[in-house]
Amino acid sequence: MAQVTLQKIVKTFDRTEAVRGIDLDIADREFVVLVGPSGCGKTTTLRMIAGLEEITAGEIRIGGRLVNDVPPKDRDIAMVFQNYALYPHMSVFDNMSFGLKLRKVAKEEIKERVEAAAGILSIMELLDRRPRQLSGGQRQRVAMGRAIVRHPQVFLFDEPLSNLDAKLRVQMRTEIKKVHQRVQTTTVYVTHDQIEAMTLADRVVVMNGGRIEQVGTPNELYNHPNTRFVAGFIGSPAMNFIPCRVDAHGSGLKVKVADLPDLPVPAERAERYRPQVGRELLLGLRPEHIKESRGPLGPGISEIQARIEVVEPMGMETMVYFPVGGIDVCGRVAPEAGGRAGSAMPLAVDMNQMHLIDPATDRVV
Amino acid sequence: MADTALATGAPTRALKYGSIAKDRRWALRLSYFFLTLFAIFFLMPPIYMFITSLKTSAEISAETNPWWVFNPTLANYIELLTQDTYLIFFRNSAMVSVIVVTISMLISVFAAFALARMRFWGSTLLATGVFLTYLIPETLLFIPLFKMMAMVRDATGIELMNNWWTMIILYPTLTVPFCTWIMIGYFASIPKELDEAALIDGATWIQTLTKIFIPVALPGIIAATIFAFTVSWAQFLYPLAFTTSTDQLVLPVGIITTLIKGDVFNWGQIMTGALLGAAPPLIIYAFLMDYYIAGLTAGATKG
Amino acid sequence: MADVTITRTGLPAEAGQVSSLQRLMRRKSTIAFIMTLPLLLVIFTLVAYPAFYSLHLATLNKSMVRFVGLGNFEFLFGRETFWLVVYQSCLFAVTAVIFKAIIGFTVAHFVHNIPSKGQRKWRGMLLVPWVIPPAMSTLAWLWLFDPSYSAFNWLLAHVGVAPVSWTGNTHWARFSVILVNIWVGAPFFMIMYLAALKSVPEQLYEASEIDGANWWQRIWYITLPMMRNIISITALFSLIVTFANFDIVRVLTGGGPLDSTHLFATWAFRVGIESGDIPLGACVSLFMVPILAVAATLILRDIGKRGNEA
Ligand SMILES: Nc1ncnc2c1ncn2[C@@H]1O[C@H](COP(=O)(O)OP(=O)(O)O)[C@@H](O)[C@H]1O
Ligand SMILES: [Mg+2]
Repeated sequence: MAQVTLQKIVKTFDRTEAVRGIDLDIADREFVVLVGPSGCGKTTTLRMIAGLEEITAGEIRIGGRLVNDVPPKDRDIAMVFQNYALYPHMSVFDNMSFGLKLRKVAKEEIKERVEAAAGILSIMELLDRRPRQLSGGQRQRVAMGRAIVRHPQVFLFDEPLSNLDAKLRVQMRTEIKKVHQRVQTTTVYVTHDQIEAMTLADRVVVMNGGRIEQVGTPNELYNHPNTRFVAGFIGSPAMNFIPCRVDAHGSGLKVKVADLPDLPVPAERAERYRPQVGRELLLGLRPEHIKESRGPLGPGISEIQARIEVVEPMGMETMVYFPVGGIDVCGRVAPEAGGRAGSAMPLAVDMNQMHLIDPATDRVV
Repeated sequence: MADTALATGAPTRALKYGSIAKDRRWALRLSYFFLTLFAIFFLMPPIYMFITSLKTSAEISAETNPWWVFNPTLANYIELLTQDTYLIFFRNSAMVSVIVVTISMLISVFAAFALARMRFWGSTLLATGVFLTYLIPETLLFIPLFKMMAMVRDATGIELMNNWWTMIILYPTLTVPFCTWIMIGYFASIPKELDEAALIDGATWIQTLTKIFIPVALPGIIAATIFAFTVSWAQFLYPLAFTTSTDQLVLPVGIITTLIKGDVFNWGQIMTGALLGAAPPLIIYAFLMDYYIAGLTAGATKG
Repeated sequence: MADVTITRTGLPAEAGQVSSLQRLMRRKSTIAFIMTLPLLLVIFTLVAYPAFYSLHLATLNKSMVRFVGLGNFEFLFGRETFWLVVYQSCLFAVTAVIFKAIIGFTVAHFVHNIPSKGQRKWRGMLLVPWVIPPAMSTLAWLWLFDPSYSAFNWLLAHVGVAPVSWTGNTHWARFSVILVNIWVGAPFFMIMYLAALKSVPEQLYEASEIDGANWWQRIWYITLPMMRNIISITALFSLIVTFANFDIVRVLTGGGPLDSTHLFATWAFRVGIESGDIPLGACVSLFMVPILAVAATLILRDIGKRGNEA
């Protein structure tokens, strides 16, 4: 068990700067997920931790030991690859025990450890098969088993679920979480899927363009994004960004949006936003905070009349899209609320959950 | 328009279905017919070899139908296989081929691994060079090699001329470049993650090669081995140029220089000798056809 | 490259570890170099060195004691046999390669046409000429062409055709040599084309059928363009092998009658080894280089192109 520390990590391939200075402290037993769009440097970061990629600048420590120049086999890590990388000519048992054999672990112990790992992953009956006789989900389990038997200090996962179909992916996600709760090994997990990141992580690291945008628990990222990128990346469907202006409104503040009535800012936020008065900003509102209006309005909630253009029923809820100042805004209403394309609908906007983003810096104010 | 189309629609379609099926049947018959013709053309010489090998000298020079055996006999086979010279040719060929195959595979597997995976200065250039070397025919090299052997004798006193084992030194020039080239192709098609997984599992480079690459690329290894064997077994120019004594000859040269005595052709024995000489590659081909063909096409489709 | 990276990473405090990594890196490329060393040895001492050495040899006189410059070349240009060999080598290579390509393509199509479970058997039979060592199979042809007992002439006699002097007459000897070469080489084309045919996606044919293409248009607009690379690689490769051929001519005619079937390789053998004029032999074989170089360059280009497509 070990903590992992990255200090000012930089990686340059010939010309491309894949990673541009990353600082990250991962605590012992923590499950950390690196998430971000494709090409943002997640894999490169993970491979540097594994020792598969040389570090251009910076320091990596595992369990307090500087490992910049330590070869992968001596870093005491295990990695699960996107395409599993199972040895095609070996049985499942041999695949899982290969690393232990090379480390000259006693035969009985190998057997014990492999069987224990196979038990955890319920692949006991597959031990004699070859990888090509396994389904995608089973291969995934074997790849994890190969990591588990080694009892490493750190698990590294690189998009391990992206080759599975949607249903299996959800199932394996829970499986991975269960395994982590059982073995309690420090884990660094890479994915481009924010839902995977949110559901699995103790802490999520959002990356963009080779840099870290924000680090935090899933709820922190969801409720308090620091940047426009994080606000837009976390949450599905994505947050709406509506051009707006903040103005004084009696003793408080109001948000002026084209085509919409003034939206008063809740009193407890007024002080925070006062310096922004008179500036052109972006109003960030998640679809789930634009609901059908029913009954009396609570504090901080305003009602608007929306001309619904598109309706997308999802079963447990319905997405409605309506134009505001030239952009499409998404709201999330109950299926029985009766939104119809082309009709007007009263919607309640929960300004307690509003965000204001400065378009000049793309930071949340 | 629409009406006419409708009216004629049903009959034409029925006719069309029938005609497609008929076309297919005819195309198939035509294919089988021509394939049979080509098979006759391609298989006639070896079959004629076999027919002749079963004949007595008397029958060979008789005016009867040459395509039929009237008095089949194994005399030619018995005579050849009890003759020391022929067995020596066979032994020489076998020794040369087996040793050359072993050397070639050792050289090319290691080199291919280094070239496919351990990128180093000049490795891409070298891979291209290997392929170019493969394209240089032996007919361009035998004369300078002939002279070089004299130079070696003058310098070291080692006589390379007229020794069957000299072939062990020369044949790798014919086998190593192509074997390396196709092994580079096979190794390059192994996903990079596989050796990275092995690296994390704690394997050294040598262990990655022996425990992962060689087993995974086994079809390629078999194909390259077959290639090296057939080339060594069939080589004709080098032994013809560099060996003369009967006890140093390999099969192809042996059959041609000793069984053809002056103008007297003992065709029964020549055909028997040639057929037996062709047997090892043919037997390997019969059993490992898919690997053989994979090796043939690998040069252009892999790598 | 790697060294630069390391020095940048290296903080003074970790100087010891840096140099150990450097050592490791050096060790990795050392291992790689040692692994390729035998290959380099074979290529340089037994291929590259003799190739350049023959350039030197070609400038010596017969006893190899005196430098004669281009004297050997001048001598060759003045000899009628030399021009005969040039003509024959080109005729032989071009004709044989064209027919090998056509026959190979046709046979590959027929094999591709039949149900796939029978294909393996046919493919297996049709490749036999390529598997038999050419020196051995040419002996069978020599016997089929035998002046007194030719099995072909026996068949011809039955349809009332006069016996043909297969290897005795200039034109027939050339025909025979080319025929045997086609027989040996066509199966190789067949196998390569078959592999290429299998790699053309079936949907393309279905799409073209819906577009109303007939079988000839399908071959012309889909099959041939899709296979162009393999076709040219195979043809160029075969051109090299055919142009530099030795075994077939040597066994079948020995270059005769009257040198009318000699190729560069067989004539170089006759001149250099059998008549003992090594420089002149080296000189003759060097004339293969230009064509080989052109073909090799084109092959490399095509192989590179294929790499980019993938
Ligand atoms: N081996 C390499 N050589 C050159 N560029 C690379 C290499 N690996 C990755 N890159 C580049 O580095 C950037 C980050 O890649 P990566 O870490 O794989 O992104 P992702 O977040 O999708 O995993 C990309 O722009 C990619 O093109
Ligand atoms: Mg990635």
